[in-house]
Amino acid sequence: MTKYISSTINHFILSIGLLIMVVPIWIIFASSTHSSLFINTNGLQFFLGDNFIDNYSRVLFKQSGFFNEITALKMFFNSFVMATGIATLSVITSLMAAYGLVYFKVKYATFIFWLIFITLLVPLELRIMPSYIVMSKLNLVNTFAGLILPISASAIATFFFRQFYKSIPDELLEAAKLDGTNSFRFFIDFLIPLSKTMIAAVFIFMFVFGYNQYLWPLIMTTSEQYWTVVMGLKTMYGSIADRFAFVIMSMIPPVIIIIFLQKLFIQGIFQNK
Amino acid sequence: MSFLELQNITKIYPNGTKAVNETSLNIENGEFVVFVGPSGCGKSTLLRMIAGLEDITNGEISLDGNIINKIDPSERDVAMVFQNYALYPHMSVFNNMAYGLKNRGISKEEINNKVNDVAKLLEIDQLLTRKPSMLSGGQRQRVAMGRAIVRNPKIFLFDEPLSNLDAKLRNQMRLEIKRLQRQMGVTSIFVTHDQTEAMTLGDRIVVINNGVVEQVGTPKEIYSKPNTKFVAEFIGSPQMNLFNCKIENGIAHIADMKINLNNSTNLDDATLGIRPDDILISDNGKHSCVANLVEYLGSDMIIYSKIGDQEFSCKLSSKINLNSGDTFKFDISGTSVHLFDNTTGSRV
Repeated sequence: MTKYISSTINHFILSIGLLIMVVPIWIIFASSTHSSLFINTNGLQFFLGDNFIDNYSRVLFKQSGFFNEITALKMFFNSFVMATGIATLSVITSLMAAYGLVYFKVKYATFIFWLIFITLLVPLELRIMPSYIVMSKLNLVNTFAGLILPISASAIATFFFRQFYKSIPDELLEAAKLDGTNSFRFFIDFLIPLSKTMIAAVFIFMFVFGYNQYLWPLIMTTSEQYWTVVMGLKTMYGSIADRFAFVIMSMIPPVIIIIFLQKLFIQGIFQNK
Repeated sequence: MSFLELQNITKIYPNGTKAVNETSLNIENGEFVVFVGPSGCGKSTLLRMIAGLEDITNGEISLDGNIINKIDPSERDVAMVFQNYALYPHMSVFNNMAYGLKNRGISKEEINNKVNDVAKLLEIDQLLTRKPSMLSGGQRQRVAMGRAIVRNPKIFLFDEPLSNLDAKLRNQMRLEIKRLQRQMGVTSIFVTHDQTEAMTLGDRIVVINNGVVEQVGTPKEIYSKPNTKFVAEFIGSPQMNLFNCKIENGIAHIADMKINLNNSTNLDDATLGIRPDDILISDNGKHSCVANLVEYLGSDMIIYSKIGDQEFSCKLSSKINLNSGDTFKFDISGTSVHLFDNTTGSRV
């Protein structure tokens, strides 16, 4: 009986949490399927309208921006390239940095690690001028490389991988050595497969981080051709239905990534080996 | 020249600890040698230096005629079984065993044959597709052995591989390791702190204490003629009885008891060792004592008693009827005692 009550209470609390998160998104989605005129006269809508295809296709393909040089579709493409680039590069650099710090007999390895860790105190917003100057001297303004490179090394990801590598018993490396492996093969054959779940978790974090970038792409791009979704959200479109449709669509890419990597992601976060 | 030669091996850790001190040892091809000693005595360090996992501070190791001091562990052609098995958690049993062969560029077909043969030998052929996390302790142990065997190395190194198993399984694996080693004739070094393992497995035993080799010999030699007090105490269960005594003209005085050693030794400060089963209990024995405690072990029993203020134990068949508090009579033969000089700690 008490079990029944406590489970009812649990479900009740969870349901409230779910409603708080889902209802606003649903209202935006439902409203985005009505015409702007209808929303302006009748307020936000809870039920679906019949302008879904109209609104969404107009938003996707309409030329917009100050000079009408970009479509929403292109913004999605830009954001996707940027987020994937940042996530992929962060995973690669932090995997390798952690490998170097843990497995090579580097003098002052701990000191170097803390030096890397301290960069967390210097977020992009703080170093935006020097970063911009470096990129512009390298002629990388208005390129994907310029958007990606300055934020593609992650101290926090390096930290995660380092802690994970430290928890791998030394005997594993020793056994592998006796089995004739070298440093490179140990990295490829052991560390990468063993950190698969953590790679997924870091990839998702960094993808969402990259996807959410606003200030950096705003500064790095002068051409509308390189606008991202988040920039688009700010400068977007007159009519309210179009804006709602764009907001809904902007949520889709991170959600897709999470759905695909969900299983690995959860294992990665709760990994306690 | 021996198959494996250690010459004046010394290991000093960066923090100044001397783990191994000037150790020299020759091991012949096909021999099964056991390093035994209390924990922290340097036996594992010595093994790891042979494997190449630990730098050598001083001295020389040669294997099959070549000095291997500077040779990478991967090139030494040695295989090691670790205490916690160190199986590759993300690989199937098959891949665990095949990994070393793949790295040596052996053809797929040959790898298949070798792994399957060894798996059959160890009776793990049903488990080849499983991951290590799905195996029991005993099965993991077998896989770890298989991984070593399949490479057909020059030497097997065992670093306390049985200590994580329960008692029954340990006995079973011990027999199996002995059988496999005989069958394959590969030189093996086995590190343990368990003297039963050492006595049963080794062709020769190396007793190590504080980084120094105390004695090298066959199990029989070590048991019947311990070179030092440490070896005498360490090998044998229950422990050898050690009495502080004074020896005058071949007669040992322990409290008011006199034991005739049938020689003419004179020593002021000596230790007399008697194995608990060398104390002969009989109704017409020369000495008598009170049994303070009787421990019943099934076929045997152990009696704890005192001579003067020195405690001792004796082991006898439990068919004899003796209870705590009873007085018993016994004899000690002068030929079955071990005599050590207390100033040097070595056998007289």
